[in-house]
Amino acid sequence: MENIEQRVKKIVAEQLGVPETDVKNESSFVNDLGADSLDTVELVMALEEEFECEIPDEEAEKITTVQQAIDYVSGNLDK
Amino acid sequence: MSLAGKVALVTGASRGIGQAIALELAAQGATVIGTATSDSGAEAITAYLKAAGAQGSGLRLNVTEEGACEALVAQIEKDFGGIAILVNNAGITRDNLLMRMKDEEWDAIMDTNLKPVYKLSKAVMRGMMKARWGRIINIASVVGATGNPGQTNYSAAKAALFGFTKSLAREIGSRGVTVNAVAPGFIDTDMTKVLPEEQKAALVQSIALGRLGEPKEIADAVGFLACDKAAYITGQTLHVNGGMYMN
Repeated sequence: MENIEQRVKKIVAEQLGVPETDVKNESSFVNDLGADSLDTVELVMALEEEFECEIPDEEAEKITTVQQAIDYVSGNLDK
Repeated sequence: MSLAGKVALVTGASRGIGQAIALELAAQGATVIGTATSDSGAEAITAYLKAAGAQGSGLRLNVTEEGACEALVAQIEKDFGGIAILVNNAGITRDNLLMRMKDEEWDAIMDTNLKPVYKLSKAVMRGMMKARWGRIINIASVVGATGNPGQTNYSAAKAALFGFTKSLAREIGSRGVTVNAVAPGFIDTDMTKVLPEEQKAALVQSIALGRLGEPKEIADAVGFLACDKAAYITGQTLHVNGGMYMN
C-alpha cells in the first residue's frame, strides 16, 4: 500500500494531466500546476473517491496546494 | 436507439409536455425517470412508461421540499445509475397583474419554476462531469423572450433560465456536458386549456403556422438536443413556437 503522500500526488498528476515529477508538496494547483477552478473541484471529487471520504465544501475551498491535500487526508482519514 | 443505456430524469412528467418528453427519450432507448408531485401522478408515469415498453419509473418529487431534489438524485443514482440527461420541465403558472400580485404568487413561481433547476442541475453535475457526457435541457417559454401581461412572475423565471443555461454551458462545456433551453410557444396542454376561447383565437392569429403546438413537437426538439447529433450545440435556446416569435 502506497502512503498517503504518494497516492495524493498520483491523483493530482492524473487529474491535472501533469507529470508526477512536477507535483511537489508545495505546488499550488492553480499557480504551479495550471489548474482552473473547475479542475480543483474535480480534483477534490477524485480525492473523495480515492480515500472514500466526503470533503465538505468549506474544507475543500481551503485545499489549494498538494501539501494541504495531504494534510487534510491524513488528518481526516480513519476518524 | 441512440440513448440506449442512458438514464434520463424528466421533472413534471405526469402529463403535457413532460409526458411527451419522457416518451420521446424512452423511444430513443433511455431509461426514463419521470417525476410528479403526487404518488398517483408518479404511478401514472410508471404505467405509461410500462405501456410504451420503456425502462424506467415514475417517482414523487415535491421540488419545494428541503433536500428533496438531492435525495431524488441520490436515489436514482443508486437504483438506476448516473443521470446522463436532465430535463427541467416542471412548472406552474400563477398569473396576475403585477399590481394585484401577491408575494405568495411570486414566490410560488420562483420556488417551483426556477430554484429546482439550480438544485437539480447541481446535483447531477458530478456524475455528468465524471462521465464526460451530459445533457441539461431547460424548458423555458416564449413569454420569457416576448413578455406577456399577467405573467411578470412566470416570464421572469423563464427568462432567468436563458441566463442560467448560458452561464452553466460556459462553466462545464469542457467536460462534454451541454446545456440548452427549449422555449415552447403556445402548446395544447392543460396549462393552456384554461385560457378563454377569445384569447386563444387572438393568439392563433399571431402564430405564423396558425395553430397551437402539440406536446410531441416540443419533445422532438428535446430529443434532438439530448442525442449525439446535437453534441456541438450548447448555451442555446431553441424556440419551438410555430413562428409566433422569431429571434
